Amino acid sequence: MPDAAPLWATVVLPVALAVAAVVAAGFDAMLSGSAERGPAGSVREAGLRALAPLREALRLLVQRPRRTTAADRLLGRLGVVLVPVAAVLAGAVLPWGFRAVSDPSVGIVWFNAMEALAWAAVWLAGWGPNSALSLVGGYRFLAQGLAYELPHMFAITTAALGAESLRVGDVVAAQDGLWFVVWMPAAFVVYLLSALAMSFWGPFEHPVSRDAAGGAAAELAGVDRLVFLGGRWLLLVVTAGFSVPLFLGGGHGPLLPGWAWTLVKTVAVLALLVAGRRALPVLRMERYMEVAWMVLVPLTLLQALFVAVVVLNR
Amino acid sequence: MPDEVIFWVLALVAVAAGVMVFRFDSMARATYALLTSLLCVGGEVLLLGLDYLGVVIVLMMTIEMAIMAVFMVMYMMNPAGLMPMTMVHNKKGAAAICAAVFAVLAAGVLLAPWPSRRGRPSADPTMDLGLSLMGPQMLTMMALGLALFATIVATVVLATRRGRYDRFGDDLKARTPDDAVRGGTGR
Repeated sequence: MPDAAPLWATVVLPVALAVAAVVAAGFDAMLSGSAERGPAGSVREAGLRALAPLREALRLLVQRPRRTTAADRLLGRLGVVLVPVAAVLAGAVLPWGFRAVSDPSVGIVWFNAMEALAWAAVWLAGWGPNSALSLVGGYRFLAQGLAYELPHMFAITTAALGAESLRVGDVVAAQDGLWFVVWMPAAFVVYLLSALAMSFWGPFEHPVSRDAAGGAAAELAGVDRLVFLGGRWLLLVVTAGFSVPLFLGGGHGPLLPGWAWTLVKTVAVLALLVAGRRALPVLRMERYMEVAWMVLVPLTLLQALFVAVVVLNR
Repeated sequence: MPDEVIFWVLALVAVAAGVMVFRFDSMARATYALLTSLLCVGGEVLLLGLDYLGVVIVLMMTIEMAIMAVFMVMYMMNPAGLMPMTMVHNKKGAAAICAAVFAVLAAGVLLAPWPSRRGRPSADPTMDLGLSLMGPQMLTMMALGLALFATIVATVVLATRRGRYDRFGDDLKARTPDDAVRGGTGR
């Protein structure tokens, strides 16, 4: 049983997540830079490219917020703020090594519930400004949620089934020796797909994509935009990080201490997602819907059945 | 003591948000006021020590209300609250019915002979609640669940305008379905 983290961890968690998000965004900007303008000539140029997201964040901080006619400011603000808040709340059950800020007996359901909050938040952010394009983006994300949420729930249920517990600490403890990714590969792949879909990023950025002039984020400017798009990076970091305790053995590993293994694995998953994004086109959610319900749902159900049979015969 | 404070705060917010559902004239706001109310109820269930049920209420209600907002906006007049409308109809009758129901329920709360606690609180209240709710009737519950799910599927099948004959031709022999939206599996 992992012991509870000290109180200061509650303060450190959002900061650590934000730092991870900035690093991931910097890595993404470096890859984008070398794809658009060729490889960086010097270390200085590479550093400048990596700092681009931070510069953009500072620019947004001083940018004037945009007002639209007859906007629902309350709901719009609520949606924008809920994205990072939901990400941090979901991160509360994320174990760092073997300790999480909180390790409730239903940690996995908690994580899922906070993701669902972020799902509603994007629709709110799209609804708020009273603008057609941002509303289109909000509705796109609701439809996308219907596509990814079911296979995603089956995938995380499979990990809980393997550990016979909904407590994240127990799931990590059950992977001492054999990681879940070895005997639940389908659930792991589906989880990674839905991690991208949930943070509406990469191949699943249709809700905020360019064909709708930025979709749900179309009317956001200034601090609102920074909070919303920064919250999206936080979501990506948290969902990618949660794949480590669920499938990659959490802090288990030889030689290095638990926290170092968590860090190494989280960085590896994030790097895979950020680099892999470039190999995939943006998917329309109706195409993913059919794949999700016709292929991924049966696949994850079979995976869960396999795990259930193994667990029953243990 | 902190539990009592949290209880009262959640209870008051739940009731206030519930009232606001009928005061807002925007469907989106009404839906999310209802969600606020239900999230507070989820918090109250968490306070009772029913961790799983509380978090599941938060999860299910968030998903449900996010979907319901779409239907509310679709079917009700004045979705964004730009034109005056009211959520309340038959005001006098509704007020009388509400007052009567409240009086009956409050009388029930005050007059019922509540049992005093015997023994100790159980270690896993969720498990005990589940057993006491449906322990002897597990078979009925499972059959009911299947029947409900079959009803949902049947309703969707009956409601959809395009059936398999539209998709795969009159002899059902088309290799690829003829869909309004192409893409997805196999195409």
